[in-house]
Amino acid sequence: MAHGTGNPRRTGIAVFVALLLLTVVTVLVSYVDLGLWNAVVALLIASVKASLVALFFMHLKGENRLVWGFALVPIAFLALIVFGTLVDTMLR
Amino acid sequence: MSGHTGEHADPAVAFESAKLGVWTFLATEVLLFGALFTAYTVFRMQYPEMFRVEHAKLDRVLGAVNTVVLITSSLMVVLGVDAIKRGKARLLEACFGATILLAAAFLCVKYVEYAAKFHHGIYPRTNIFFSIYFMLTGLHGVHVLLGMGLLSYVIVLSRRGRLSADYFTPAEMSGLYWHFVDLVWIYLFPLLYLIG
Repeated sequence: MAHGTGNPRRTGIAVFVALLLLTVVTVLVSYVDLGLWNAVVALLIASVKASLVALFFMHLKGENRLVWGFALVPIAFLALIVFGTLVDTMLR
Repeated sequence: MSGHTGEHADPAVAFESAKLGVWTFLATEVLLFGALFTAYTVFRMQYPEMFRVEHAKLDRVLGAVNTVVLITSSLMVVLGVDAIKRGKARLLEACFGATILLAAAFLCVKYVEYAAKFHHGIYPRTNIFFSIYFMLTGLHGVHVLLGMGLLSYVIVLSRRGRLSADYFTPAEMSGLYWHFVDLVWIYLFPLLYLIG
């Protein structure tokens, strides 16, 4: 039942450090006024962090296609819900 | 495909089906939080000025502190699950215990934040931004509480000698859930505290 190769503790700590650094970066960037780009940068960094958590902490990296499907399909549905609702509310 | 996962003849199959069960649950969780994220997106587009003014009333330092607290708690879960995979039950209990303490610290910071808002006369009914803020962070806080319960249950199982290098499914599955709670906060923090 072992996932992937290498030392999981070392991987875990490396991911942890990356998450800390990205948190510092996103807070620092939020003090700089970039206009609309503030939102873009913040969401990009959040998505990188979320991917790190999913891939390494939740072992998605070593999972089969079925589990990947369970992880990605709800995100696709969420995108559909947000998009559909926006179309509905913005065009009213 | 019948019966409870614990009744599978093959432990590897039982582990895989338990894992799929958790991922199925997490899929419903994405849509539960997703409904509120949708509300956030729609109202942010409709009232950008209100969101810009109101979000500045949140303390981004406290938000950042709580982000670090949750990331650290996730690392503790990783180390705990790794420990029981190597048969080290006491280490698992210590790591999950640390996770529970960090979760409690997270909720304490949240309490301080809520108290400060109430003190300044800011409530969920104050405006749409704070309605969404209290709904999202409140729902997330309930998930943190549930996680503390789950992790405590794993510690009890471990104390009773029920977990080992051959059977660690409850630790792995509650860990999966805990990482998801961390993942939700990773989006909540910039959306509510940082984006102006």
